[in-house]
Amino acid sequence: MQRIGVFVCWCGSNIAGTVDVKAVSEALGREPGVVYSINYQYMCSEAGQNLVKDAIRDQKLTGVVICSCSPRMHEATFRKAAASAGLNPYMVEIANIREQCSWIHKDMATATEKAIILGRAAIAKVQLNAPLTAGESPVTKRALVIGGGIAGIQTALDVAEAGFEVDIVEKEPTIGGKMTQLDKTFPTLDCAACILTPKMVDCAQNENITIFSYSEVQEVKGFVGNFRVKIKKKARYVDETKCTGCGLCTEKCPQKKVPNAFNLGLDTRRAIYIPFAQAVPKVATIDPDYCNMLKNGKCGVCAKVCTAGAINYQQQDEIIEREYGAIVVATGYNPIKLDNFEEYAYSQSPDVVTSLEFERLTNAAGPTSGTLLRPSDGKHPHTIVFVQCVGSRDTSGCGKPYCSKICCMYTAKHAMLTREKYPDTDVYVFYIDVRTPGKNFDEFYRRAVEEYGVHYIKGMVGKVTPRADGKLSVQASDLISNEQLHIDADLVVLAAAIEPDKTARSLGTMLTASMDTNDFFTEAHPKLRPVESPTAGIFLSGVCQGPKDIPETVSQAGAAAAKVIGLLAKNKLTCNPCVAHSDEWMCNGCSSCEKVCPYGAITYLDKEFRMPDRTVAIRRVASVNEAVCQGCGACTVACPSGAMDLKGFSNRQIMAEVDAICKE
Amino acid sequence: MTNNQRDQEQVLRSSGVNVLKCMRCGKCSATCPSYDEMEYHPHQFVYMVEKGQIDRLMASPSLFKCLSCYACIERCPRGVEPAKLVEAVRLLVIRQQGQNHLKPGDIPALLDEDLPQQAIVTALRKYSK
Amino acid sequence: MQGMNEFKPKIVAFCCNWCSYAGADLAGTNRLNYPADVKIIRVPCSCRVNPLFILRAFQRGADGVILCGCHPGDCHYTTGNYYARRRMTLLFSMLDYLGIEKERTRVEWVSAAEGAKFAATMNDFVATVTKLGENKRLEDLRCKQQ
Repeated sequence: MQRIGVFVCWCGSNIAGTVDVKAVSEALGREPGVVYSINYQYMCSEAGQNLVKDAIRDQKLTGVVICSCSPRMHEATFRKAAASAGLNPYMVEIANIREQCSWIHKDMATATEKAIILGRAAIAKVQLNAPLTAGESPVTKRALVIGGGIAGIQTALDVAEAGFEVDIVEKEPTIGGKMTQLDKTFPTLDCAACILTPKMVDCAQNENITIFSYSEVQEVKGFVGNFRVKIKKKARYVDETKCTGCGLCTEKCPQKKVPNAFNLGLDTRRAIYIPFAQAVPKVATIDPDYCNMLKNGKCGVCAKVCTAGAINYQQQDEIIEREYGAIVVATGYNPIKLDNFEEYAYSQSPDVVTSLEFERLTNAAGPTSGTLLRPSDGKHPHTIVFVQCVGSRDTSGCGKPYCSKICCMYTAKHAMLTREKYPDTDVYVFYIDVRTPGKNFDEFYRRAVEEYGVHYIKGMVGKVTPRADGKLSVQASDLISNEQLHIDADLVVLAAAIEPDKTARSLGTMLTASMDTNDFFTEAHPKLRPVESPTAGIFLSGVCQGPKDIPETVSQAGAAAAKVIGLLAKNKLTCNPCVAHSDEWMCNGCSSCEKVCPYGAITYLDKEFRMPDRTVAIRRVASVNEAVCQGCGACTVACPSGAMDLKGFSNRQIMAEVDAICKE
Repeated sequence: MTNNQRDQEQVLRSSGVNVLKCMRCGKCSATCPSYDEMEYHPHQFVYMVEKGQIDRLMASPSLFKCLSCYACIERCPRGVEPAKLVEAVRLLVIRQQGQNHLKPGDIPALLDEDLPQQAIVTALRKYSK
Repeated sequence: MQGMNEFKPKIVAFCCNWCSYAGADLAGTNRLNYPADVKIIRVPCSCRVNPLFILRAFQRGADGVILCGCHPGDCHYTTGNYYARRRMTLLFSMLDYLGIEKERTRVEWVSAAEGAKFAATMNDFVATVTKLGENKRLEDLRCKQQ
């Protein structure tokens, strides 16, 4: 039997004005198990807290009930007071007789009666309380950043700057991501490479940062502070430590007809390649799908010309296992495939290009050295049509239901730059809405219209037909003048919707990080915890969480880094003690709890049990990882055998409250 | 309830179209092959039904310029289906004028197995006027 | 009519700690009235509410049980309220079958900002249950004699 003390607070007149506090403390004093019951003006004051502490010591209380304001207000205060008097803080329960009683009822008799019932419920609960101890777990002081685009780079740099080790895992041969493929960046028009490549070099030179390029995350185990990750380093057939990045092999390789993925297939590269001049790490990679030596053992030119002796045709995939305290997802995006949009003739004409291809066509390091030429005949285009929202805001099932956010601005940028460089071109932009909410964004768009004379037309393109004379006939609507337009264009640029990288879904499963229906990672709270995943220790950076432009990505990356630093700065993590717990003897290993757990906190173990008849049986039982469990209780209800219970809110405790409330 | 409101309800019900899904992109009109023949274009059609201007639509010859090619339905990114609205308003005209030229009993004989049924019905209404 | 025989229903309200309990607190802070017949039990999440708790309440003579959670999509634990909604749909239809009218049970989404909604919901629920009268269907009289 517990020795319970009841402390009824007046809260000045807030409670005492409508609740007869004296009657309450007297009535509750008669409850079974209650050995001490008083009322006081301000329980939360220094003097009030001392009353609690003294009573705990003098009356040898094992449980405390405070009848006062909401536990959301002062539960922590009273728990602390109890702890300082030597009582386990989880032996304190609060009966909310202010917000849920005195403030909402006017009649003294009614309010007093209700206050007594609420007090009784709290006493009934505390009878069944058990002392709880918050567990602790250590923190591995190293972070993993998955994805080496601008988001991952910024997060890694910020975390490394604070003195923690960071590993970047990038699946391509170089870090840099999509931003390396861009020409200029809106709204200031500075060149993407000029602002990005120094950051890439910083990553390579920072002694706290390790870059695993051409690598993928294969397995993630563990929990916040203690992740164990297997990284697959794919064979690049070049010894990274020996290659100097001189590029001689990439000039001598006889296999010249490999579509250049960096230029989106607009030109070709060799089978051994460095994606672009400023690649980090600047190391060659052999494409096994095209290399003659790897395919049929005939060639070996690169090995002959390499003075560093870096070529190794026998190289194998390598698995590296590392431990991390925090993981940042920065997997980024890709433009969608345009198979569902045949009306734009993307697959029929090389002169219909996506906006990312247009970036390469205008980039000084691109296939045309920055001169805007039609891919089909290499001629200068005179009429260019930009189509926005290709696959964005599409609920018909062909595209994506969301707004891709960046297209309005980059299209304005493309249109403006084209008009600036080639004033003899006619540039049309077809839009549904122009969305420019950002610093200097609308001014930028208006400049494209007012200063550069870009024709913005409210309406959509319905059909693009390639003609025999090489022109593209564009049929579109102009909703303002209410007419149908027919434009003979030389080049059509499609602002394709963006979608999360294909690897995101499998990664989300590995991390047990939740995702929405579009495969974007969900944040722990849409407003207040925007860079954390609901899964503890997993953080989100960049477009993997939702469409973003570069400035937004960088600020989110910095925010994610701040959260990571906050986590890694701790030596130990204190866990919430109100977590689920499974009774191994009752558990029948059905996995119901594992399936409903949103955090992946439940695993199954094959455990040996000494049975009553002295035999030893191996049974499959649930085991809760207390560091991962957040204490929602979903598993306790799913459990058919009643083995799973929640500490601090156990089945018996809640039933006791129900009983107390329903008692006459 | 005015006539227009009643007609609007009738059109919405018989077409099964939710006009509120339209985001005014105009792709239906961009794609329409008989655009130049029309007084009211597909996107206006959707908008006018939404605003309840059914009388104006019923009086317009545009109604019978629609080829029912369904390009607008095919291309609409929001799944609004403007051609179904045209069809519903046509139905309303015919019912109100009492000029349904087709008797249910005649239909089976007229059906061509190779033609979609919708096309036949549409064609009959259009050309028997 | 303040007679002795006036029926006062017993209502148990389960509120999740993050949204609805805070909503109830807000109703108090704003001094919004609702009947004293409602007694709130705090649970971490609406998905913590075991159907057994509700059966227990009816067994012990409750006249109505209401479960309040975060709005769909706002759950502190991301998916708890969806589990609750599904479980309660099943439970309530079973209770209806047992003769406990559907109006005696309810699931309501109340956010931490919806004090007014909390009070209005409780007013409405108490009025509904009061109209239905006492619930005897599942009550276990043996529990009362103890």
